[in-house]
Amino acid sequence: MQSTSPAFKENARSALADQQLQKALQNVKSGFIGKRAKARARLPEFDDLRDAARDIKNHTLANLDFYLERYEEKVQASGGTVHWAVTAEDARAAILQICRDAEAKVVTKGKSMISEEIALNAHLEEAGLDVVETDLGEYIIQLRKEAPSHIIAPAVHLTKDQVEADFRHHHTDLPDERPLSEPTQLVAEARQMLRQRYLDADVGITGANFLVAETGTSIIVTNEGNGDLTQTLPKVHIVIASLEKVVPNLEDATTILRVLARSATGQEFSAYTTFSTGPRRPEDPDGPEQYHVILLDNGRSQMLGSEFEEMLRCIRCGACMNHCPVYHAVGGHAYGWVYPGPMGAVLTPSLIGVDEGGQLPNASTFCGRCEAVCPMRIPLPKMMRHWREREFERHLSPKAVRFGLGLWAFFARRPALYHRILGLKMRALARLGRARGRFDALPFAGGWTKYRDFPAPQGKTFQQLWAERQGAEKQNGGPGR
Amino acid sequence: MSEARKHILGAVRRSLKREQPTAEERRHLEARLADPQAGLIPARGRRPHGEQLDLMEEMLVELSATVARLPGEEAVPQAVSDYLKGENLPPKLRLAPRDDLRGLPWDSQPLLEVAEGIAEEPDSTSLTGAFAGIAETGTLMMASGPEAPITLNFLPENHIVVLRASQVVGAYEEAWTQLRRRFGAGVLPRAVNMITGPSRTGDIEQTIQLGAHGPRRLHVLLIEDGPGAAADETQTPAAGNGQAD
Amino acid sequence: MAEVSPRVGLFVTCLVDLMRPSVGFAAVKLLEQAGCSVDVPRAQTCCGQPAYNSGDRADTKAIAEQVIAAFEGFDYVVAPSGSCAAMIKKHYPELFADDPPLRAKAEDLSARTFELVSFLTDILKVEAVESSFSGAVTYHDSCSGLRELGVEAQPRKLLNNLPGVEIREMEESNVCCGFGGTFCVKYPDISNKMVSNKAGFIAASGAGTLLAGDLGCLMNMAGKLQRQGAGVRVRHVAEVLADMADEPAIGEAADEESIVEQSRAS
Repeated sequence: MQSTSPAFKENARSALADQQLQKALQNVKSGFIGKRAKARARLPEFDDLRDAARDIKNHTLANLDFYLERYEEKVQASGGTVHWAVTAEDARAAILQICRDAEAKVVTKGKSMISEEIALNAHLEEAGLDVVETDLGEYIIQLRKEAPSHIIAPAVHLTKDQVEADFRHHHTDLPDERPLSEPTQLVAEARQMLRQRYLDADVGITGANFLVAETGTSIIVTNEGNGDLTQTLPKVHIVIASLEKVVPNLEDATTILRVLARSATGQEFSAYTTFSTGPRRPEDPDGPEQYHVILLDNGRSQMLGSEFEEMLRCIRCGACMNHCPVYHAVGGHAYGWVYPGPMGAVLTPSLIGVDEGGQLPNASTFCGRCEAVCPMRIPLPKMMRHWREREFERHLSPKAVRFGLGLWAFFARRPALYHRILGLKMRALARLGRARGRFDALPFAGGWTKYRDFPAPQGKTFQQLWAERQGAEKQNGGPGR
Repeated sequence: MSEARKHILGAVRRSLKREQPTAEERRHLEARLADPQAGLIPARGRRPHGEQLDLMEEMLVELSATVARLPGEEAVPQAVSDYLKGENLPPKLRLAPRDDLRGLPWDSQPLLEVAEGIAEEPDSTSLTGAFAGIAETGTLMMASGPEAPITLNFLPENHIVVLRASQVVGAYEEAWTQLRRRFGAGVLPRAVNMITGPSRTGDIEQTIQLGAHGPRRLHVLLIEDGPGAAADETQTPAAGNGQAD
Repeated sequence: MAEVSPRVGLFVTCLVDLMRPSVGFAAVKLLEQAGCSVDVPRAQTCCGQPAYNSGDRADTKAIAEQVIAAFEGFDYVVAPSGSCAAMIKKHYPELFADDPPLRAKAEDLSARTFELVSFLTDILKVEAVESSFSGAVTYHDSCSGLRELGVEAQPRKLLNNLPGVEIREMEESNVCCGFGGTFCVKYPDISNKMVSNKAGFIAASGAGTLLAGDLGCLMNMAGKLQRQGAGVRVRHVAEVLADMADEPAIGEAADEESIVEQSRAS
C-alpha cells in the first residue's frame, strides 16, 4: 500500500472538513470507551492480568528464536508447512505460489492487518485471482476500494447511509425496492451475498492473533464467524502472521486473551476464539486439506533489541486509537498507511521508515491516554518521543521548528539573560494587551490565534515581582514569619 | 525458503545480541514448555462447581444465547422440538455424528427431520456436543474430530449445543488440562473452537448485530448429570465427557 | 505541622513566570499557609519539555542539569503544574539513564518533586484551605498531572471543602484539551477540534468558572472560550484555593500592582 503519511497534515485537514466522517467518528467514542471501562471494572484482576500479559510477551521476545523454531517444528509435526518471509514481497510470492499450486480461482479472506501491510489483495488480483474479503467491515471497504481506517473496525469511518449506498450500487442482482436502511438489513444482505463465496473458495486466508509454540497452533479472535468459514471450507488454509505473534503455551495465550477482547470491544471474550493446528486429520469429516503459515519478518527482527522493542508486544486490540483524541478528530485514513492511531504512530516509521512515517509520532499531545489503556503496557508516548529524537538527530524536523527551538533553548540555558530579555518582552506584551486582556491575532502565534485568543501576560514576570517582594521584605526587616 | 529462515533467525539473534540460547537457558525454556503453568486465574473462574453452572448460564444469557436446563439426555429431542417450534424454525436438524446423540429417543419427535454429518447449505439448525463449558465467560469449547465436524458450529443459522453439567469448568486453564489429557501433551486437533455467544458484528456504526456470518442463535441444553470434574481436579473427566469419545 | 518548617523550592514554571505570576504567588501563599518556608531559585527557566518533546535531547539534558543544580538542598520542590512536575519527577531520571552520577541526582530530585495541590494534600496532609471564592466551577484534568502523577481526587477534595464552591463535572474532563505544548501550533487544526470539543463540554457543565492545574491547558481553553464568547472565567485552581481569585481571570484585563499586594496581604 502506497503511504500518504507524509501528507498527514493535509489529510487531517480534509478529514476535519468531512462532515460525514466526523459523524461516523462519533461512533468510536460511543462504541468502545464505555464498554472497555465496564469490562475492566467487572474484572478486579484486569490490571494484574495486564502485567502478566506484558511479562509473557517480554519473556517470549527475549527468547524469540527458540520459540519460533519450536513453533515451526510443531506445525510440521501436525502436518502443516511454515514459510519464512523476510519481506512483504517474499510473503506475497509465497502466498501466490500456494494459490497457484492449488489451482485456485477464488480466495476468501478473514480480517488480517498483515495482509494489508503486505498489500496482498492487489498482488493476488493482478495474478487473476478473485479475492473476497469476508469480514463485514473489510467487505464494505473492499467494495469501496478503500483501506481500513481502524485495526479492528475497518469501516468505522462510514455511516450506515454510506454502506447502504454502496450495497445498492454493487449488489445489482437484488431488487431495487428492498429495504436497506437498518443495520440489521445491511448485515443480513452481506451474509447472503458472501454465503456462496465461502463455498466457492479454493483457498482461505486468515491472519493470526497468536501462534502457540507448544502446539504449533495459530489463533484467530473474531466475532462474525467469517474467519472460521474462511479457514474451514476451502481445501487450503493459509495463515499470515508476523514473528512477534508467537507465545510459549496455551496458558500464556489464555492470559493475554483475557485482556484482548476486554480492551478491544469491551467484550468479556470475543464470540469466536479459534485454535487451528495443522490441516484436517485423515479421519476428520471437514476442514482444509492443507495448512500453510507465512511467517513474516518485514522489519520486526530489527525492532527487537532497539528502543522500539516494546512495540512488539502489541496485540492489535485498538484500545490506543479508541481512546486517542487525535484519532477521534481525524480518523484512521489521515495517518496514511496501514496502522493508524498511537500504535500506528510508533509502528509506521519502524516498518516504512522515518522519512515516510515521521509525521505520525509528532501528531500527538502526549496526553498518555493510549498508554493508560494499553493492555500490554506499551509506553507509546515514550516511543513516539524516540522517533522525534531520531528525526531531530537526522535534521528531519522542519527548519522553522529547529530554529525556534534553538533560540528558545539558547535563552533557557542562560537564566540571567532569559529573565532580563523575557521580562522586558512580557511587559511590552502586557502593555499591548492590557485593555482587553488578550489578543485575537499575534504575528508569532498564527497557529494559535487562528482559532483562539491569546491571553495577555499579567505584566511583570514572577521573578521580577518576587525580587521586588524580597527587596521590600528586607527593608521591612525580613519576612517576619 | 530455508535461506529466509536462516536470515530471519540470524537477524533475531543479532538483535538479541547472542547466539543460540545457552544449554542452561534452553533447559529452562524446555521446562517451561513441558510443564505449562496456569497464570492468574480470575476469582470468577475459581468458584465452586455448583456456582459455576449458574455463572455459565448467566454469562450465556448475557451474550444473547439461550439456555434450557434438562434433567437428563433423554429429554433432548423434546427440548429441541420445543425450541424450534418456539423460535418458528423449520423442524430439521443436522446432528453431529456421535453415538450418544444418535442414540437419543428421536422417534418421540416424528415431525422432526434428523440427518447426520457435516453441515451443508442450506442446513438451518445443527445439534452438537461440546468438549467443555467454561463458566468464566460462558464459553463453549469444541474440539474437532470425526464426531465433531467444524462446519456444524458455523454454517447453520442456528446452533444447539448439548452440554453436560459435568463438563462445565470454571476457567479456560481447566479445559486445557482436559484437552491435554484427551489428545496428549503438545497436541491439538485441527480446530479447537471457543464459542462465546452467537455470531455478531459491530461493523455498521458500532451497533451490535447478531448473526453476521455464523449462527444467529445459540441455544444450550444444559444436562444436569451430577457433580463435575471441576469439583475434583484429580478425578478423570466423566464418561462421554469429550465430544470425540 | 512539623516543628521545623519544610524548605520548599518553588519551580515557578516558565508559563507562570511569564504569563501569570499570580499563580506563583498563590502557590507561595498556599505553601506558606501550610507551614513551609518557600524560596524561588533565580537560576530556573523552564523544565525543558519543549526540547524534550521535540526530540532535542542535548538541550533537554543541559536544562535538566541546570534545574537539578538550582534545586539542590531543598526538602521539596513544588510546581503549580502537573506537566512540569511530571517532567522532573518522571522523565529526568530517564534522561540520564547512562550517566550514573547525574542519574542519582535526578532521582534524588525526582523523589523531592511534587505537583502543588497533591503536595498539599498527600504530603502536607492539608484537609481544607480557606477561600471566600463562591460559585460553580468545573475542573479539567490536565493529562500529565492526571496520568503521570495521579492528580485527580486531590484538587476536587480541596474544592469540595470550600463552602462557597460547587463542582459541576463536565463530560470527558479527563480528555486532552488539545494544547500539547508545541502540538497546538504544529497541528492547529487538530488542536482546534480538540479544544472546541472541550469548550463545548465546559459550557454544557453550566459552571461559571473553569479550573485546572496547568497554565498551558488553561490558556488554550480560555483562548477558545473567549473566541467563542462563552463567558466562562478561567483560572488556575491555586488561585481559587489561595483565595486570590480577585485577579482578573486568564485573558481578562490585568492590574499588576495588586498581584504583589495580594501576596503580601497574607
